[in-house]
Amino acid sequence: MDYATSFALIAPELLLTASGLILLLVAAFGGDKMARPIAVLAAATLFGAGFMLVPGLHSGVMGLDTYAFGTLMRADAFALFAKAMIYLAAIGCLMIAPAYFATASNGNESGMRAEYPILVLFAVLGMSIMVSASDFMTLYLGLELNSLAAYVLASVLRNDGRSSEAGLKYFVLGALASGILLYGMSLLYGFSGSTEFGAVRAGLSGELATGALFGLVFVLAGLAFKIAAVPFHMWTPDVYEGAPTPVTAFFATAPKVAAVALTARVTLEVFGEQSDAWRQIVMFVALASIIVGALGAIGQNNLKRLLAYSSINNVGFILLGLAVANTAGASAMMVYLFIYVAMSLGSFVALLMLRGEDGTLFETFDDIKGLATTQPVIAWCLAALMFSLAGIPPLLGFYGKFVIFQATVEAGLVAFGAIAIAASVIGAFYYIKFVKVMFFDDEVGLVKGKSDLSHWVVLIITTLIISPLGYLLTPSITDLANKAAEALFLVG
Amino acid sequence: MDGFPILSLMMLVPLAAGIGCFFVGANAARWLALFGTLITFVLGVLLWANYEIGGPQWQFTESAELFAGFKYALGIDGIALMLIMLSVFLMPICIMASWTAIQKRVGEYMAAFLFMEVLMIGVFAAQDMFLFYIFFEAGLIPMYLIIGVWGGDNRIYASYKFFLYTLLGSVLMLIAMFWMVAEAGTSDIPTLMQYDFPVGAQTWLWLAFFASFAVKMPMWPVHTWLPDAHVQAPTAGSVILAGVLLKLGGYGFIRFSLPMFPDASAQLAWLVFALSMVAVVYTSLVALVQHDMKKLIAYSSVAHMAIVTVGLFAFNIQGLEGAMIVMLSHGLVSGALFLCVGVIYDRLHTREIDRYGGLSINMPYYALFFLLFTMASIGLPGTSGFVGEFLSLAGIYQVSTWVALICTTGIILGAGYMLYLYRRVAFGDQKNADAAAMLDLDKREWAMLAPIAAVVLWMGVYPESFLAPMRADIATLDARLASAAPEGDSQLQAGPPREAAANAVPEHGEGEGAH
Repeated sequence: MDYATSFALIAPELLLTASGLILLLVAAFGGDKMARPIAVLAAATLFGAGFMLVPGLHSGVMGLDTYAFGTLMRADAFALFAKAMIYLAAIGCLMIAPAYFATASNGNESGMRAEYPILVLFAVLGMSIMVSASDFMTLYLGLELNSLAAYVLASVLRNDGRSSEAGLKYFVLGALASGILLYGMSLLYGFSGSTEFGAVRAGLSGELATGALFGLVFVLAGLAFKIAAVPFHMWTPDVYEGAPTPVTAFFATAPKVAAVALTARVTLEVFGEQSDAWRQIVMFVALASIIVGALGAIGQNNLKRLLAYSSINNVGFILLGLAVANTAGASAMMVYLFIYVAMSLGSFVALLMLRGEDGTLFETFDDIKGLATTQPVIAWCLAALMFSLAGIPPLLGFYGKFVIFQATVEAGLVAFGAIAIAASVIGAFYYIKFVKVMFFDDEVGLVKGKSDLSHWVVLIITTLIISPLGYLLTPSITDLANKAAEALFLVG
Repeated sequence: MDGFPILSLMMLVPLAAGIGCFFVGANAARWLALFGTLITFVLGVLLWANYEIGGPQWQFTESAELFAGFKYALGIDGIALMLIMLSVFLMPICIMASWTAIQKRVGEYMAAFLFMEVLMIGVFAAQDMFLFYIFFEAGLIPMYLIIGVWGGDNRIYASYKFFLYTLLGSVLMLIAMFWMVAEAGTSDIPTLMQYDFPVGAQTWLWLAFFASFAVKMPMWPVHTWLPDAHVQAPTAGSVILAGVLLKLGGYGFIRFSLPMFPDASAQLAWLVFALSMVAVVYTSLVALVQHDMKKLIAYSSVAHMAIVTVGLFAFNIQGLEGAMIVMLSHGLVSGALFLCVGVIYDRLHTREIDRYGGLSINMPYYALFFLLFTMASIGLPGTSGFVGEFLSLAGIYQVSTWVALICTTGIILGAGYMLYLYRRVAFGDQKNADAAAMLDLDKREWAMLAPIAAVVLWMGVYPESFLAPMRADIATLDARLASAAPEGDSQLQAGPPREAAANAVPEHGEGEGAH
């Protein structure tokens, strides 16, 4: 394999790197007044990088031809599908940011800092490397690039105490998780003699040594931190609440896709032959995430904290697909991820639109009482998003749960599926609380501010995706997800 | 009408009208909703007129591969036809019932009702199990909003209870559906109705479906959401809830539980009988002591639905036909009773029975309609209630005389609480001056009640119109159930047939010959 082929395979990453570096120079010389053009260029870069994925996605590339630089990276259909979702989510998050930062708040000067879009770009580059990794070294490189950018993003409002706290918490716990992950990787290296996924897989075949089992558990624990699955979820509500809302929207979407895709690749590919060793763990984590995510949200008054618990809950459903450990399960995971990204992006944008006349951002239930009379369009969109998150048909959120549970039942895990679906009813309780507060309560009339056009665009697009019209997308999404899942299982 | 997608059109009309209601003013929304539902009703009449009795089992079929995982497949048999007719008939009446009672956010209210109509037609017409589930569950959203936004004082509690109760019931059914589709390899309902699932698995599947349908029906002891939801919902919401949504449970039994799991149905019929017997006696007694008119009618609904379930699980043609007629009749009669409550509630804004009295003096036409529907609810011969209850109880008598005995007490108790209600509201002294000053029915209320009264009498006098389209489908179902049918304890023995019909008049009698 020559370098030309390798470079061609990682063309999206190259584009992101080059563009990130150039924009960094622009920012250094142009200052914060260049922030908007930089954001536009960053979004254009992401769009361009996304465009490069189309041919591979369409034909469903997989197999040996997709390896770049020996076995360091792999641009197969699975990676491409995850990247496409990451880029789209990042574009959405870039679109909604300038209007948010335009209003000064909590002692911060108004205006977006020029570094913001560049940090997003580097975080996306990290995620891109993560999902293409086929070696533990590449994996760690991508993970850290993503995490370091994310720590800064969380504390981007320097003068806001909550934002700084969120950044610090994220950093400390993220570093701990990385340490755990590294330790697990070193154990696996010790037992298999390689960091390459295929070689580790071969090294772990047959009976699993106790040390290797430890390695596996540590790697899973580290990844569970990154995807915010119970019992490693504690940082999520604090970070989601403290970080500026566009950053929270970003955290809930793109890095989640990357981390889930990475988890899927590591468990199904590296530990593919030891699925008995980890399936129970994943099943427990999935059920616990569903239940804790549902119960934890019930008492929350802050909407961002509530959506943080909702994301924990959703990760639980995604992990159900992983616990199935077959192509149908992996495909269902990818479909669910797509729908989840649309739903979370939409709900966070809706939160961004809850502004008072002076631009203050509201984020508790008390502030949005009776929203349906004052801001009917936002209220109806938010209601649709919440019913969708609760998995009530005919909204598309139901389809996500549909494919996940179908895969679960077809694999024979009937009782497991029944418990999980019954637990999902608990979650419905707080999703419909949104509707209750917005539609049934008397209005307080606080939300009067005008929303930016960019927010409307993202809200309307996401709402259309999760509306019943979204079902028309299901054949093509399922097709892509099937190809992605097939690529993932090809190694076996 | 070959190939014309009339079912899709029937769903498209209210859908378009519903979307339109969001964008127009209050009065325009009312007219738009009325026209939308009337057009749908006209389409429904066309559907019935073109339905070929004795033709193929599934008619007006449509199918399109629009989605991944399931199909957009529609089609109806006689049972679905009758229930669709019930829905489209009640809908314009609901819109009229809300004409003046709803003043707040009218456009959204009308849209919720029109979407509800789409979903109800969809649920009866769906031929793909997952499509059925989507329509079945989606009804939660508009109903939750209708109760929560436009309901009474305790509406929030009622709406939560309604939503979570029915959701919990349904999700287990979804798991069972996945298992069935994995086993049978198709989600096509007509195919699944012929598929023989392993007997051991049938029990579990039956229980999962039962969890959902028993809540929807509702059967004792999971009926408690119903009185709350009914009392808090606006009048038209109660009409739809009692008129059509409760029928989803019965429809579920007749479409899924019985034909797909005949063995489990036979094994677990005792459970259904036991719950139904408790429901008939217990909820009738509870109804007897109510002070709230809507609550009383809500409890009477539970008792009537129990007659439906015993009829369904009688495993014979009388029982099944009776259950279907009780469902149709109850949809009309309880809907009409809720409208009657709504009429006086709009005037006095209370549902307290003691606040009324002697209404037959100042509201004679109202008292007449109310009397007719009270009698129909009791099951007086000549009204639709009699036909259904008689057939159901005749059906169950062949299986178990004890169940028939206990369920028949429901008729007596029903007469008790309904006549007691009627006496307190319409007869006696005019003890409350404000109730005595209420005006009789206006034109709009005539237009609501008169059509229902006409259909109630039609179904009571000539039920054949309603039974004929269903006959072949019920016979098919009975044949499917025949292998599993339990042995009855009534040991009926057919005697020698009479030479002439019991009411035959001797031809060319002597008296006539003399002339």
